[in-house]
Amino acid sequence: MDFIDLPALWFLLIAFLFLGYFFLEGFDFGVGMLMPAVSRDDVDRRVVINTIGPVWDANEVWLIVAGGAMFAAFPEWYATLFSAYYLPLLLILLALIARGVAFEYRSKRDDPTWRARWDQAIFWGSALPALLWGVAFAGILNGIPIDADREFVGGFLDLLHPYALLGGLMTLSLFLLHGGGFLTLKTSGDLVERARAYARRLWWPAALTTAGFLTWSYVNALTQDDFGVVPDLVPILALVSIASVSWLLREGRDGFAFLATGATILLTFGTIFANLFPRVMVSSTDPAFDLTIRNASSTDYTLTIMTWVALALTPVVLAYQAWSYWVFRNRVSRDRFVGASTGGDDGEAGEDASG
Amino acid sequence: MEALELARWQFGITTVYHFLFVPLTIGLAPLVAIMQTVAYRTDDERWWRLTKLFGKLLLINFAMGVVTGIVQEFQFGMNWSSYSRFVGDIFGAPLAIEGLAAFFLESTFLGLWIFGWRRMPRGLHLATIWLVALGTWASAYFILAANSWMQNPVGYAINEEVGRAELQSIGAVLTNANLGWMFAHTIVASLATAGFFVLAVAAYHMLKGNDVSVFRGTAAIGLITALGATGILGFTGHEQAQLKTDLQPMKIAAAEAQYETESPASWSVFAIGSLDGEELLFDVRVPYLLSVLATNSLDGEVEGINDLQSQAVAEHGEGDYTPNIPVAYWTFRVMIGLAMLMLAFGAYGLWQLRRGRLESSTRYLRYAIPMAVTPFVASSAGWIFTEMGRQPWVVQDVLLTADGVSPSVSLGEVALSLAGYTAIYTILLVVNVGLILKYARQGLGEERSPEDVGDALQY
Repeated sequence: MDFIDLPALWFLLIAFLFLGYFFLEGFDFGVGMLMPAVSRDDVDRRVVINTIGPVWDANEVWLIVAGGAMFAAFPEWYATLFSAYYLPLLLILLALIARGVAFEYRSKRDDPTWRARWDQAIFWGSALPALLWGVAFAGILNGIPIDADREFVGGFLDLLHPYALLGGLMTLSLFLLHGGGFLTLKTSGDLVERARAYARRLWWPAALTTAGFLTWSYVNALTQDDFGVVPDLVPILALVSIASVSWLLREGRDGFAFLATGATILLTFGTIFANLFPRVMVSSTDPAFDLTIRNASSTDYTLTIMTWVALALTPVVLAYQAWSYWVFRNRVSRDRFVGASTGGDDGEAGEDASG
Repeated sequence: MEALELARWQFGITTVYHFLFVPLTIGLAPLVAIMQTVAYRTDDERWWRLTKLFGKLLLINFAMGVVTGIVQEFQFGMNWSSYSRFVGDIFGAPLAIEGLAAFFLESTFLGLWIFGWRRMPRGLHLATIWLVALGTWASAYFILAANSWMQNPVGYAINEEVGRAELQSIGAVLTNANLGWMFAHTIVASLATAGFFVLAVAAYHMLKGNDVSVFRGTAAIGLITALGATGILGFTGHEQAQLKTDLQPMKIAAAEAQYETESPASWSVFAIGSLDGEELLFDVRVPYLLSVLATNSLDGEVEGINDLQSQAVAEHGEGDYTPNIPVAYWTFRVMIGLAMLMLAFGAYGLWQLRRGRLESSTRYLRYAIPMAVTPFVASSAGWIFTEMGRQPWVVQDVLLTADGVSPSVSLGEVALSLAGYTAIYTILLVVNVGLILKYARQGLGEERSPEDVGDALQY
């Protein structure tokens, strides 16, 4: 594949995987965080969890594949990033562990204390990664202390630059809004109304942090001695997109509001990745120590093999994942949870049978 | 205490823990698929209930394998960044392919299986559980391809300029001599795990007198799977031992605590003493057996630790190239001893079954319940043996474990993560075992149709 710039292609593919991950698990996180707020009783909470029940696991695989692709295509990026962000990633992992088993285990005992504990795990297990992913990716773009050996030489506080923290608040609020939008599409009855009301209120912090983050990024890109691309159109479209969400929500166009929030997520992370390119880790110590797609990549042989594998498998994966969203296109209703609940102990759950 | 030591403990603890859940998933997924296939063909309520019972247990177990697996994927970069830089050009590919080819498949179709009972034709729904099973097996293949490369590095060259190993032949990596037998060994060990698990659940209900007509057949499924798989384990294990005699002779010498090169070599059944090469207090040996096991001939030469250590020093410079001998020796014996026990227990059970006496053998049924634990212990011992037997190397003869650790991660950070994982894993183990016991005891239930089964499986 001599005619293709393989490292550039793999940068794009990894960006695609992370964008997909944040779009998809973004609403999973939002749903998890909003579950206590929008629910009035246990049936509501089960409805909310079952809206993402069939898909959350496959959504999370986007992250695993992004990490695996990074390991295969840019081992130096994988090694520097994962060892530098040791504590944030530890928190994310512990959160994802608790959240993942919580979905499966919550309904397995008909005991309010048991369920309340797993609800806590779902809430915090969603909130922590939602915050920390923004902190991490904004921090990567902003730069962290990296030495000539490509090793992180800073401490935990170096990962918490104000710009990175703003990035975290942005992803936290965008994912909340995204989850609210998802619930307006997938629940029924009063839950839809409550989800819409939350989405309208959550638009403000999402819009403010997004605007603030993009402005700061834009100023950084202009003022710093920076060989990243300054993608004017991408951040501007992100702002247009988040602005439109407010209007769409007021008009009751829930589907478009959800898509526009998703587009905002894609465009803000698109801004980060475009600005980062062709670097993969920015050294705040010395630009000479930056990791780039050239000095961090695998050999052309490995990248060629991985390209064929990705070409062969990705369309199949996208097709069956899209099909699973089609299968679960209906709203989840309270009826079956109420009707079928015999007061038994083994968690008779359900969705509306109109599939 | 250094960060390296704690990072090794952490990798060991998190990996052994992860692999408590994985074999049951790999083995039970196809068994549930078979149960659902029978239910689909016969539309017999009892088979739908059985599918629900073991499907639920599969899901409780599956969740643990999924969430602990993410730690595995991230841990190389977090704790072993130097290793990741050195091997990434080779090692990353099977990991990425595992995600793309296997994890997407099993997670998407597991979602469709759990929640899709009312949303697609029954035949299509049946296909989803088979695809989940296929995904778990594919996952095992790719991760074992990565691990096999650490045991027997092939298809690579060292690039001195950038200081890393670079891939020369993906074909060589995916057809590594070590891989085929390791994959077969892992799969049959997983089937044995699931077989004894199914047998234990069935035995419990037969003792209680619940739905004995159904659980008699279930016990037969469990027994035949367990016994057949354990029987094959002997062959795959034997083939692996022969390979290792060539590829990793130190591992085999360590497994035997055999310090001197011998021909013919006898096999130590068990020994009492310090296993440091000094005179043993007590040692039961079978003459010729090690030669036969390792080389298929009565007087085949089996190299000893002392000779291998000298060779390693000549090749790689001063250093200690012997693994922890007592750990290798005893984990090897625990693995083989428990496999023997499983074989004998399975054979006796099948004999009782054929004579139609299984139901009345209450003592056998009572022992069958704790027997379900043995394959887990045997698998853990096998993995501890194969990983610790490779030490001090992380990639055999290519990279030392000590050279693979993350230089930028401090002792305090590793201590924190080790404490965090250990705490959450301990809690979740208690919860998981509690739920498995609870739902195993619940038995068949009242479901009459696949739609009812679907309602019982959702969140």
